[in-house]
Amino acid sequence: MREILRQLEEKRAAARAGGGKRRVEAQHAKGRLTARERVELLTDPGSFEEWDMFVEHRSNDFGMHEQKIPGDGVITGHGTVNGRLIFVFSQDFTVFGGSLSESHAEKICKIMDQAMKVGAPVIGLNDSGGARIQEGVASLAGYAEVFQRNVLASGVVPQISLVMGPCAGGAVYSPAMTDFIFMVKDSSYMFVTGPDVVRTVTHENVTHEQLGGASAHSQKSGVADLAFVNDVEALLQLRRFIDFLPPSNREAGPVRPTSDPADRLEASLDTLIPANANKPYDMKELIEKVVDEADFFELQPDYARNIIIGFGRLEGETVGIVANQPMVLAGCLDIDSSRKAARFVRFCDCFNIPIVTFVDVPGFLPGTAQEHGAIIKHGAKLLFAYGEATVPKVTVITRKAYGGAYDVMSSKHLRGDVNYAWPTAEIAVMGPKGAVEIIFRADSGTPEQIARRTEEYRAKFANPFVAGARGFIDDVIMPHSTRRRICRSLAMLRGKKLDNPWKKHDNIPL
Amino acid sequence: MNDSAKPAKAEKTGASPAARPLFAKILVANRGEIACRIMRTARAMGIRTVAVYSEADADAAHVREADEAFPIGPAPSVKSYLVIENILKAVEASGAEAVHPGYGFLSENPAFARALEKAGVVFIGPPTSAIAAMGDKIESKKLAQKAGVSVVPGHLGVIKDAEEAVKIARSIGYPVMIKASAGGGGKGMRVARNDGELGEAFRTAAGEARSSFGDDRLFVEKFIEEPRHIEIQVLADAHGRCLYLGERECSIQRRHQKVIEEAPSPFLDAKTRAAMGEQAVALAKAVRYRSAGTVEFIVDAKRNFYFLEMNTRLQVEHPVTELVTGIDLVEQMIRIAAGEKLTRRQKDVRLEGSAIEARIYAEDPSRGFLPSTGRISRYREPLSGPGVRVDSGVYEGAEIGIYYDPMIAKLIAHGEDRRQASATLIAALDAFQIRGPAHNISFLAALLRHPRFAAGRLSTGFIAEEFPTGFHGLTPNEEDQRLLVAVAAVLHHRTVRREAQLSGRLSPARLSGGADYVVLMGREHLPLTVAETAGGHAIIGGGASIELIDGWQPGETLYQGRAEGKPVTVQVDRAGIAWRLGHGGISLVLTVLSPRAAELARLMPVKQPPDMSRYLLAPMPGLLVSLAVGAGEEVKAGQELAVVEAMKMENLLRAERDGRVKQLHAGPGDSLAVDQAILEFE
Repeated sequence: MREILRQLEEKRAAARAGGGKRRVEAQHAKGRLTARERVELLTDPGSFEEWDMFVEHRSNDFGMHEQKIPGDGVITGHGTVNGRLIFVFSQDFTVFGGSLSESHAEKICKIMDQAMKVGAPVIGLNDSGGARIQEGVASLAGYAEVFQRNVLASGVVPQISLVMGPCAGGAVYSPAMTDFIFMVKDSSYMFVTGPDVVRTVTHENVTHEQLGGASAHSQKSGVADLAFVNDVEALLQLRRFIDFLPPSNREAGPVRPTSDPADRLEASLDTLIPANANKPYDMKELIEKVVDEADFFELQPDYARNIIIGFGRLEGETVGIVANQPMVLAGCLDIDSSRKAARFVRFCDCFNIPIVTFVDVPGFLPGTAQEHGAIIKHGAKLLFAYGEATVPKVTVITRKAYGGAYDVMSSKHLRGDVNYAWPTAEIAVMGPKGAVEIIFRADSGTPEQIARRTEEYRAKFANPFVAGARGFIDDVIMPHSTRRRICRSLAMLRGKKLDNPWKKHDNIPL
Repeated sequence: MNDSAKPAKAEKTGASPAARPLFAKILVANRGEIACRIMRTARAMGIRTVAVYSEADADAAHVREADEAFPIGPAPSVKSYLVIENILKAVEASGAEAVHPGYGFLSENPAFARALEKAGVVFIGPPTSAIAAMGDKIESKKLAQKAGVSVVPGHLGVIKDAEEAVKIARSIGYPVMIKASAGGGGKGMRVARNDGELGEAFRTAAGEARSSFGDDRLFVEKFIEEPRHIEIQVLADAHGRCLYLGERECSIQRRHQKVIEEAPSPFLDAKTRAAMGEQAVALAKAVRYRSAGTVEFIVDAKRNFYFLEMNTRLQVEHPVTELVTGIDLVEQMIRIAAGEKLTRRQKDVRLEGSAIEARIYAEDPSRGFLPSTGRISRYREPLSGPGVRVDSGVYEGAEIGIYYDPMIAKLIAHGEDRRQASATLIAALDAFQIRGPAHNISFLAALLRHPRFAAGRLSTGFIAEEFPTGFHGLTPNEEDQRLLVAVAAVLHHRTVRREAQLSGRLSPARLSGGADYVVLMGREHLPLTVAETAGGHAIIGGGASIELIDGWQPGETLYQGRAEGKPVTVQVDRAGIAWRLGHGGISLVLTVLSPRAAELARLMPVKQPPDMSRYLLAPMPGLLVSLAVGAGEEVKAGQELAVVEAMKMENLLRAERDGRVKQLHAGPGDSLAVDQAILEFE
């Protein structure tokens, strides 16, 4: 018996050794942690339960039958993050370059299936050279099995990808279908075709980092939600992020005790809106002064900066925040910002996270680039996302809410539950100047007339009371009481029950 | 009868709202902290207050403080706070019976005092004649000499040319100082140590004086080495009584701008103090002075003192005198203006303890003290209480504009002695939270903690000598480091314990007990153990133990507790997974990790910050108005690259050297953060 126990320990030790000392050192030399070290940092100490440690590949071609390493290049299992259950797979670059074999894929699928059954997030730590070429189509089949599970799990349990090494070719489509993608700067990249192919086909000379590094995806493509300095920071921030998420679409989100009072007043918000309507202000100050402890976890901070998305907490409960940012492009909606916010709104709706929207939007960005880039369809995504969302929706219009963009930004008409406006709000079809130029085109030759008409229009429409008179605004609130009013509204909405008509699924304008 | 009780009692009746106030209504022709401070005293005396404000100040603190407020024109002070006519209109509209001018603006403008007189309104300040007499540097010196006041050896008269200057310099002995007659703020001032230097100094000073003041009259005097700036506060009534209220030492200056002031001076003895005081009173009497005024002296290393000038107004630094004498100078100014007699005699004036004032400016010490503007997103003053006074003219959410002096507030501490006052002031600075514009709080703390300041070895060259390359944060000493590392560990420990209380756990959390951590300071790893004690935590590491007792909760931006029984205050900001701590002029970024995470963190590469010399960076936050070049374009040194609009000014950015533009990182219409890349060179 002792001998059998000893053999088990030996087998385990072999699995834990991964690709061996030399490869582990090479991984460290690249500034990367090993798959096992990553899991160790992500999960609470001692909480990780590993599965399928003894799984090996079944390939006999190209001499592969002589190279078998238990675990087959991916570590899978479950553990806890601050006591809450998660499932995790962590690809091991030291074993066959982390390449995906049929067995490797099966291990991932196993924990995904289990995660969906019990209702817990799936965290993927990606570091893989790609398909196990020696296995041919069996490896591709493995990818597709994972993809299919990504699809089925979407909206059932949160799925997060942390890309910590290469992720190229078809492999990118698994992270692409997860809810959030985080990357590590200078050591991870994602692309469908690599620099070599790019050079051959388009004659562009581009490095891995330029083509698909963390900066490219967090600033230019919007593929990555966040980019972190190194593995340690990425994993510790991922823990913070997981703290915001509900375990599944069946269960309520976590509540964090806080000493921050729900009725905290912020007098300084009364001066947030500048006297000059064309002067920008930083919407993040409002967000930070509203959420618990100024703790706002922003996503995609460097992409489509004209809209802000991220998670905060109110009275300890997670809320999704969407806000126009007047500091960038005057806070207008365009293709990128619409897509960015739409996907976030849909995530919140999937997982029963209330949505708080702060509105200061002058309209949609004009131009051929936008029109020919299909702003019609992309703008419609955000409209659609808000319209279908059945979670509690609280909206605060701080300044401009013009035109179609007013409708889009979680308006009353899109089943907004509580719609507030600050006294500085201007809810109208357009700004006074533009409106007068159209309504009083005949007066265009007489500047005095136009000025008078503009003043008239401003007095009549550049305020929240016209909308208030129709009940499109539930109340005009003092800026300093914003946190208190939102907290009360969300407390009232805890019992909200709203169902969309039965359908197989909707047809969002993709 | 108790002598000292008498004035106190007299003041009390004045402050009682039941008694008829001396004036029904006072207008304060100023803004910022001084306007607020004057209004507070006026209100305590039962007097209604009137503010005036420029377009930029419609929401300013002094407008909120006042009972009523009147607009006086556009933002630039030459169109508002300096326009006598506009102020007079506000006086008339408000029906104010008296005007307090504060400091700066019109406070020393005889035309203003005269105009008020003509309008039958009381000017809360000296008679016009005294303002005029002391307004000219040469004239005032002549007057002082006549009144028996010690003046700097020199020639009291305008100098025709460099030759005459050399003659005089030789007679009084080098080094000498050339000064503009109309001067101020250090402009038109030059030091010369020999004949050769003097010729050059004369020419440049004359040129500067002409361009700055439109008046190139110069005079020459002996240059005092290791000079200290020490001034005497005087208070004179209209009935011939004049008192001196001790001195203030204002030697800590940066480019002739006072930064730290204190009373009493650590340098003066009773004899010198009395001699200076008597001379100051003699000068005040000679010009039939009335109200509060200040006679400035320069004091050399042997305690020889020389008259510099007389300021015929309330000084910025007046609070230190108020704290050591217990006399409210603004109240006295109002009483004197109303014709009341001074109730105190010279022997009633006692200096108790020590008071130090630190001026908090919106300026960035790490960028050569560049003035900073913008919205104050967070503003929390330390608690005013025994020993701490805050005079401020802002509030959370207020805007620091470009039009006026960048002073945010004055923080003043009073203690039994200089050491205690200094310690109280440093602690109060630690608790002063300002976010938004850059500020000099850490620099002020570093000044106060400087051993030379503590020793009282001051001179007006202090900052230039001790901080020759500016200020980039104080390097923590061993004790500071031990404390801040311990604080970071406790912040982290409490945060970890709180995160463990999230709902939805598989099994209950362990909510008590100690833990091991490693604190990362740069690349240095400091292992320690946090153990829970009866009242707080013991932090054991590096062969030492420190006990911290506090009630800090996650999310709070100020850590206030006791370390080994002594109070400690630390500013706390989160920076990703790290903690940014501010304390006593030190700013430290510390990351607290579990021992295992710290071990793995050692494997992380040290990332060199990108070489920004190839980038054109935004020098200030602003709006990118235009780009003059495109990608791939060759540029020559001095060529225009971009225009950034900031603070309503268009700033032209030029190429520093020849090169080729690789890539544009921003486009016209973009809002730029400071140091944001606009374009990149190859």
